[in-house]
Amino acid sequence: MEFDIFSPALILLIAAVLICLVKGHARTAVILVAPIITLWAIWQIPDGVQSTVKFLSYNIEPVEGSPLRRLFATIFAIMVFVGGLYSFRVARWYELAAAFAYAAGAIGVCFAGDLITLFLYWELMAIFSTIVVWCGGTPGARAAGIRYAIMHLLGGVVLKVGIEGVVVGTGSIQIQPMLATDFSTWMILIGILINAAAPPVSAWLADAYPESTPTGSVFLSAFTTKTAVLALILLFPGEPVLIGIGLFMVMYGIIFALLENDVRRILAYSVVNQVGFMVVAVGIGTEMALNGATAHAFAHIIYKALLFMSAGVVIYRTGKNKCMELGGLFRTMPLTCVCGIIGALAISSFPLTSGFTTKSMISQAAVDGNLVWVYMALTAASAGVFLHAGIKFPWFVFFQKDSGLRPKDAPWNMGLAMIIFASLCILLGIFPELLYSLLPYPVDYQPYTVGKVLFYLQLLLFSGLAFFVLLPLMKRTMTISLDTDWLWRRAAVSLVRIIEHVLSSIGEVIAVRRVSLQKFLHRMAINYLGQPHTSDSKERGVFARSWPVGTTALWIAGLLSAYVLLYYL
Amino acid sequence: MNDENKLHWLVRPSTIRKLWIGSSILLALTVLAQTVIYVKGYFGFDAWFGFGAVYGFVSCLVMVLVAKLLGLVLKRPQDYYDESENAQIPDSSHDKVKESSNGV
Repeated sequence: MEFDIFSPALILLIAAVLICLVKGHARTAVILVAPIITLWAIWQIPDGVQSTVKFLSYNIEPVEGSPLRRLFATIFAIMVFVGGLYSFRVARWYELAAAFAYAAGAIGVCFAGDLITLFLYWELMAIFSTIVVWCGGTPGARAAGIRYAIMHLLGGVVLKVGIEGVVVGTGSIQIQPMLATDFSTWMILIGILINAAAPPVSAWLADAYPESTPTGSVFLSAFTTKTAVLALILLFPGEPVLIGIGLFMVMYGIIFALLENDVRRILAYSVVNQVGFMVVAVGIGTEMALNGATAHAFAHIIYKALLFMSAGVVIYRTGKNKCMELGGLFRTMPLTCVCGIIGALAISSFPLTSGFTTKSMISQAAVDGNLVWVYMALTAASAGVFLHAGIKFPWFVFFQKDSGLRPKDAPWNMGLAMIIFASLCILLGIFPELLYSLLPYPVDYQPYTVGKVLFYLQLLLFSGLAFFVLLPLMKRTMTISLDTDWLWRRAAVSLVRIIEHVLSSIGEVIAVRRVSLQKFLHRMAINYLGQPHTSDSKERGVFARSWPVGTTALWIAGLLSAYVLLYYL
Repeated sequence: MNDENKLHWLVRPSTIRKLWIGSSILLALTVLAQTVIYVKGYFGFDAWFGFGAVYGFVSCLVMVLVAKLLGLVLKRPQDYYDESENAQIPDSSHDKVKESSNGV
């Protein structure tokens, strides 16, 4: 087949161009049909490397299939379809075109058979996701987009440095499991982790995503962090450092989400939290754990997009995005409310939702590895997820107090998109085999045992009790919380100012002293180098006189002995 | 009673009272169910009676308190960064240098 060097990503790229070129119903058709064709193309790719192209001296493998890669590409394609359905009537054409190109990058990464292809698609994602952030259109979105772009281009450079190092060191551009043992592999790991929103730069996610449009954040929530998870599964399975990083992300996400007032920022922090679960799983690295990470990424994209959709409808209808200004919306937005609650239950891994059947695999992997502390931390985090996302999000948006707002419910296309994803959340919760059969390794896992369900019900329901008991402590305030982005938004700016100030005061001193300095230098030059036209050598400057050869020899001898002494010191 | 009827049925005080009672019974049941249903513990202590309930409640309590304490340090007014972004217009220190050096 001559087509097998073309990645399914190209279909979405062409669609992105078409979205710019056509209008009206034709554009709608492109938005809705292209993801379906992409999905079809994804399932046409058999396992293994499909073709090799010689570029410079490298064997580029643009398309490589495997169950893992297909599964990630599948959920990305589904996401593009439902995201397109959700946004086509509201979003501007350039936002949709950028979102499609961004998704193309993500699907390209899924099938990248070598590090160079991976890097190219990686950068494609960085560029077009920045444009999606900029489509927010506000000054805040512009500034956040610039910070986002700097962070991801920087991450790209770090990744590229690592790739170059690995290519030079091993001579291979193959994507194969490695461990972070030397400089280059560490650089690759750091480059990927920046995209996964790992500490200390996790702040980019909660900084940028909430600044985009209500429709843009739905797309943004899906691709960047999950391609990073895929890259980690492909390149660093079983890298122990990931367990610690992942646990930090899990806790960080919960704590910051608890402090947050902005609805979408709560959801953004819970993206970090959920990706933390996957990073832990990749760090554990057993077949069960990698299955868990994959399944959880699949389920997570669905329920997180669902949550962002429900928040998006609220923002679209009310124009407000602060917990303090919202509340009581269940009266007029029953569909959005129910879908939001289903997404919230799924993210909290409530039994009968997709979160339960996938996240519990990660806990099981920790049990199998006899990692007591990891298991206990993940269990505590599951309780915390219910606290910060599972109850907090629906409670403050749809219940809480009566804000007096009576907005209309979602437009039909947004409602339909939410219904599709809400149904998928429940479908995968009731029939987990549908997903299990697609996972990279054979699954021998029974999510529903009576004891386990009871344990999780106790855990989650009592977290719910904790929420309502501690409600006075959780009063929202009109505040933001400082995150590590303070370092580059405030500290770095101040540092640059201080340096600028020091340099300019030095400049001022020099400017003032210049004349006297010039005179001083001139005097010195005449004193030491001056050569008045005279035959008497003694009237010349010190260094312009004729000196006896003996003096010169003495100086040379002195210098050489000093050199010898210094050499042996 | 008239006031109550104006409210949405879900937010009437009587409904909220019933919800609290209902949920309390549910919570009690999930713990009591452990007398009949065997919860398999992986590490011994996690099979203790009501462990899930206590662990869930306590870990949430700890997380909320940690968040509250961190909030004391980290919370800033809504427009904290907006100010800094406006203030990023470079001041005129450069120009001053230029002027003084031209003057010489």
